[in-house]
Order: sequence, then C-alpha cells, then structure tokens
Amino acid sequence: MWHELTSDQELFRDTTARFLNDRAPLSMLRKNRDDPAGFDPAYWTAGAELGWTMLLVGEEDGGGNISGRGAVDLALIAYEFGRHAAPGPLVDCNVVALALSGQEGELQRTALGEVMTGDAIASVCLGAAPWQLPGEATVSIVKDGDDVIINGTIRPVESGKQARYLLVTGMSEGGMTQVLVPADAPGVGIKGLKNIDVTRRFAGVSFENVRAPADALIGAFGQADEQVVHQVRNAAVILSAESVGAMDVAFDMTMDWAFDRYTFGRPLASYQALKHRFADMKSWLEASHAVSDAAAEAVADGTALAGETACAAKSYIGEQGVELAQDCVQLHGGIGVTYEHDLHFFLRRITLDRLLYGTPAEHRRWLAAMEIDREHAA
Amino acid sequence: MSEEMESVEDFRLRAREWINANLGPMQPWDISQHCDTDEEELRAVARDRALQRKLYDGGFAGICFPKEYGGQGLTPEHNRAFNEELAGHEYPSRFSVPTFSPCAAVLLEYGSPEQKARHLPGILKGEGVWVQLLSEPGGGSDVAGATTAAVRDGDDWILNGSKVWTSRAWWADWGIILARTNWDVPKHQGLSVFILPLHQPGVEIQRIERLNGESEACQEFFTDVRIPDSDRLGEIDAGWTVGTRWMYHERIGHNSPYVTRPIGLKREQSHEPSVIGIARKSGRLDDPAARELIGEHCALGIITHELQGRIAAAAASGRGNKDLSSIDRVFRGTASVRRSTIAFELAGASASVWDEEEEDATQAVGMNFLMRQVACIGGGTTEISRNVVAERVLGMPREPSGDRNVAFRDVQRGPKRS
Repeated sequence: MWHELTSDQELFRDTTARFLNDRAPLSMLRKNRDDPAGFDPAYWTAGAELGWTMLLVGEEDGGGNISGRGAVDLALIAYEFGRHAAPGPLVDCNVVALALSGQEGELQRTALGEVMTGDAIASVCLGAAPWQLPGEATVSIVKDGDDVIINGTIRPVESGKQARYLLVTGMSEGGMTQVLVPADAPGVGIKGLKNIDVTRRFAGVSFENVRAPADALIGAFGQADEQVVHQVRNAAVILSAESVGAMDVAFDMTMDWAFDRYTFGRPLASYQALKHRFADMKSWLEASHAVSDAAAEAVADGTALAGETACAAKSYIGEQGVELAQDCVQLHGGIGVTYEHDLHFFLRRITLDRLLYGTPAEHRRWLAAMEIDREHAA
Repeated sequence: MSEEMESVEDFRLRAREWINANLGPMQPWDISQHCDTDEEELRAVARDRALQRKLYDGGFAGICFPKEYGGQGLTPEHNRAFNEELAGHEYPSRFSVPTFSPCAAVLLEYGSPEQKARHLPGILKGEGVWVQLLSEPGGGSDVAGATTAAVRDGDDWILNGSKVWTSRAWWADWGIILARTNWDVPKHQGLSVFILPLHQPGVEIQRIERLNGESEACQEFFTDVRIPDSDRLGEIDAGWTVGTRWMYHERIGHNSPYVTRPIGLKREQSHEPSVIGIARKSGRLDDPAARELIGEHCALGIITHELQGRIAAAAASGRGNKDLSSIDRVFRGTASVRRSTIAFELAGASASVWDEEEEDATQAVGMNFLMRQVACIGGGTTEISRNVVAERVLGMPREPSGDRNVAFRDVQRGPKRS
C-alpha cells in the first residue's frame, strides 16, 4: 500500500479496519464456518454505510469517493479486507455498482440504490471474458424480438445464493452483451457449491432460456466489450489489493514465528537458508505492493497503460502471492496446515483471489495480446 | 548576499531550448553501452567526451556541482528537470556511471578543496573518465576485506596488489581505489582511499574476456605504484567511512542527482530484443503457451519499474530504510533472470545460432541466456543482498563472521592446510 495517504484516506481506511476488527474477527469467521451466507446481513449494510459499495459510482448517482480516485480508495478498503480475511462480496458488489452507475432504467436504478445501501447483494456472472479465445465463452445471449434470451452456465459465482441481482455477461453475435437479471427470474438456477474458503460462499449459476427485456441491458447489445474490460480491470485492482493485505498478514505471522521458534538452540530467524527465503518473500511482497498501487492509480486515472498494469498486478500477485502463502505454511512446519492456526484464512483468501476474474495465465495472455496490438500500431 | 537561484521552470525552458538547438537524437550506443569492436567503442568514447564538453560550454554540465568547481550550483530538482528535457536526445552516456556517481560524488564529499579544484572541472569538461577500483580477485562481495595494500614511504604511499571487474579501465583516465593501510586493526579500520591515474608505470591493465566474447571489464595489477599523500581521499585508515558513502552513491547510480541522463526511456528504446519479435521469428506468436510467456515477460518489466519507483519514493519521503535498495536488487536480478529464460524459451532451437551477415548480435538469444546470471552477480550478488534484506531490513540475526574484532593480519584468508 501507499507510503503516503491524505489524512482523509487514512481515516477512511482506519474506520474500516476498526469495524472489521470488531465485527469480523477471526473467531467470528470460525464460528460462521457453516453459516449459509458466511456473514450477517446487518454486517454488510453497516459496511455499506462506511462507503464500501459507493466508491466507483458517480456523485450524480449517489456515489462518491475520498481522494478523487475511486479505485484507489476502494483498494484501501480491499487491502483491509485482505488483512482481516473479511467476508462479503466486495468485488462483485462494486463491479455491479460500477456497471450500473450512470445507467437509465428502473431496474438498474433500483438495483444500484439497493447495492449501495447494502440492502441487496449483486453477483457477477462473467460468462464471457476479454482474455477468452473464440468459442470459450460459457454464456450466450441472443436477441428475440424486444427481449434477449440467456443460456449457459457459470461458476464460481460469489454469494450467488444470497444475490438479489445477477449481472450477466455473455457472448452475442458481434461482441459481448451485459444484462441485469433478478436472481429469481424464471430459468435461473442457483446451486450452492462447496468451496476452498471458510469465509466466502460460491454458487454455480445456470441460465435456461432466461428471458430479459431489452431495457435490462447494460450498454448496447453485442457492444459491451469495452465496459466489461473496464469492470474486469477494476476487479483486478480490488483483488490485487486484497491479496496484498492477506500477504502482509501471512508474512508478518511467519516473521513472528521465525523469531519466537527455537530449534537446536537458535531462533529460526538465525538460519541463513531461511533468512534468504524471507528476503525473497520480502522482495515479492514489496513488488506486489508496488504493482498493486500502480494498477489502482492507472485504472483510476484511465492511463494508456492501465490495462497492462492491471494485468501485471493480477497475474503477478496471483502467482507470487500463492507462492508466498505456501512458503509461509512451509516455514511454520506442521502447525501451518492445521485448522487451529490462523494462517489458512490468508492462504485461502490469496488462493481464491488468484482464480477470480482471470487466472495468472489468462491475464498474461491478455497482456500479451495488448502488447502485440501496441507493436502493430507502432 | 547571493544572487537569486533560477526557478526550476525557468531553467527547464532554457534547458529545453538549448537541448533542441544543440543535441541530436538519441543514438543506439546511448541505450546499449555495448560496441562490437574496440574502434567503435573508442569512437563512442570520443563522442561522449565532446558531448560532455558541449554541455560544459553551454552551461549545463554538473547541474548539482558547486559553481567554484565548474558546476551550476543548482538543486536536484533542476537536474531532474534537465534529465526530463533530455529524453529522446543524445547524451554523454559513458560519463554518467561511474564517473559522476559514485566517483565525482565521492570526490565532492571527501576531497580537499585542492583535490576538488584539480579534478572536478576536468570531469565536467569531459576530460576525465573515472572508474572505481573496488573488487579484488580474492573476494567480490567482501569489499572491506581488501588486501591491495599501500605502505607509507615519506610523503608517498607505495601500492601493490590487484583490482578486478573494472569496466572501461582500458580507456578510462582516473580511478579511486580502496587499499589496506593498516593490518594490525580489524578490517574496516585499516583502509584508506586514494586517487590514482590509471595509465602510469607500475599499473598493468588486462582485459577480461567474458564467455560471450566481449571484454569490457578489466583486471589491474599494481606493482610498486607511487601515490603522493596529497592524493589520499579522506583520513588515513578511515577509508571505510569514505567507502560507505562510495557504495551508497554506487547503489543509487543512475538515479543520483549528479548524473545527467534522460528520464523516461521509452520501452521500445530498450536494448533488449523484443520477445514478441523472437516469438514471431520462431513461428510461435499465436501459441497460447508462448502468449503466456510474453505476458509474464511484460509484467515483470512493469513490476520492476514500479518497484523501483516505490523504493525511490520511500527513500525520498525519509521513511525508508537505506537498505531497501537491496530489495530492489534482489527483485531486479531474479526478474531479469526469468526474462532471459523466457526469451530463450520463445526462441526455440534457433536460439543457438545466428547469421552474422543478416542478424544483429543482440538477437543472439542463446548467448544472452548464457550470460543470464550476470543480472544476479554484477554490482554485488543477490546472495549478499538477501543477507542485507534479512539482517538490516527484517532485523534478523547477523551471520557469524571470522573477521570481526580481529586484527586483519590474523584473519584467515584461505583453507588451513595440515
């Protein structure tokens, strides 16, 4: 995270940090292990009151941010989510809020209002994605008179069982289409899935000839590619910052362990073989902070390198974050793979974040395509 | 009392006008310091000397050096503005490192008024290219363990020993050298620093051919070289005080306020071969696995740049520990190694060969791969940097050493033979 923040940003971040300490301590997350939602709805609405879901929304729609750069302010919140392994669909609700910001239409206005107050959960069904090759999309959206028809399946979808709205992205003739669908619409099937995290919940969502009116479209039919790219970049910023928060905690925990644990009459921290591993981890950690911050700024400012930087952050942190977390497990020894130890909350967070909104391999392919286009243009 | 300093913005405009009127576009040899032949290298050196003189005559040499020594007496912000305006233009690239930083920076900090008056104007006029004589054949990373020795003889010192890995010594003019002047105290307390003309009796300079055939680095052998005491830099036996700042200036290198160098080199101006070009040539540009490698290569470039910015920002804010640069060193080295491997992988079997008549030697991807580890060796190995990160950034216990609080004479310097 940034070395220098304004006092307003510090206050904003610290308020969420204190809130998460109080309302989502690890003891609570352990208790909610088998809770269907993983959190109490009142927790989410209270968080929304702190500004969690308004930062990417324009002021004319009731949103707003702290520093003039919504993605940067949201990265501060996401970082605290990572530090606390906090529950709640922060990424999806913000992506949906971003998509709905500035949209006309009653459904869209209502949904945006409910997402911003935390009253409703909205989930993202990314059935087509910018890094995919032709034919890889899992959701198709076709025109039928004034309506559109959605078919396909998508998983994992965060908080799908809790969602009131689904933002569906699918492939149409000519390009991607985005449409907002009530989760209880006929033909929508939502099945809760087991997942590797303790704090978050995921579902598989199926669409069987789901009909939506044209005025539920977000953007024009078959022309949503650019907005999807913008949403995915923002998601990459949030997930990167969140993973960096979790990496910081895992690293600090392991540092403490290295100083406290004695073996053969010496602390672990005195062995050069281990010192060098800590030094490597520190370099990955600082590099992750650097690229996470750079991505947030570039995406907030819409710079020419925003896409490249977001892909670099998502792919690097996705890969190296997991390596760091697994190294932390290794350096803990046997205790590192127990449920009793807290380390796994952060390992899970980092591992899942790696897979959401594009894996490292997908972001690298996407980044390569941008570079090749850039070279052609030059 | 003094005249008012020119504002950075006024200076920038004046610099922009002068640069546009006097400096041509950036040349390939400004980006890559590599020349294929010695003749080409010497032509590049002559051109850099003339360019440095041009800067001097134009009133833009040594922006942060005091006026009394031929500089401009301005601030690091002025230097930065000049460097920004210099983007895309030719510049005296062979003067930046190590002549200005660390050598001139160390002269400025530790030189006597006489030494500064004697050497700094010449450097700023392009008459003196300097090198640093630091590493020794007996040990690269243990700099304070130097055994090249200077013994007092009346008003002079007599120098014997050898230094190694000195880039450009075969054509450079001067060096600063770290030498042992006292063997009866622990290693850090018995060193002194001297100024040394490189081309004089008793100094033999041999070039070291590296495995890729280039021989830029040199080894110097000193046999009874006489150094007047007036060429000593700093106090007798206090050379480590000088050395600590010396290595600080070496670490900041191109980012030093004493260095004239364009900021914002565009990526396409990098001398690295494009991995996209490599993949196209090997027919793998549309292979998804190749695409992943290209993306990884590009990401590592972006992250290296951003990490450097983060660490520079920490240093500028005063919050950063000065050893944070070792984190950058570890990352840069390991990322560069990975990037070399990716380029090699993308090239396929043709990495092993190139057509001398049709292909540039920089396209010899296989040769670059053979030299891959240089990124983790040059300027101090990544292993030493990992020690620095662990001990001085993370506060972990120091490695045991056999030379602490021992007279250097008694330190074991080789295996014990029975």
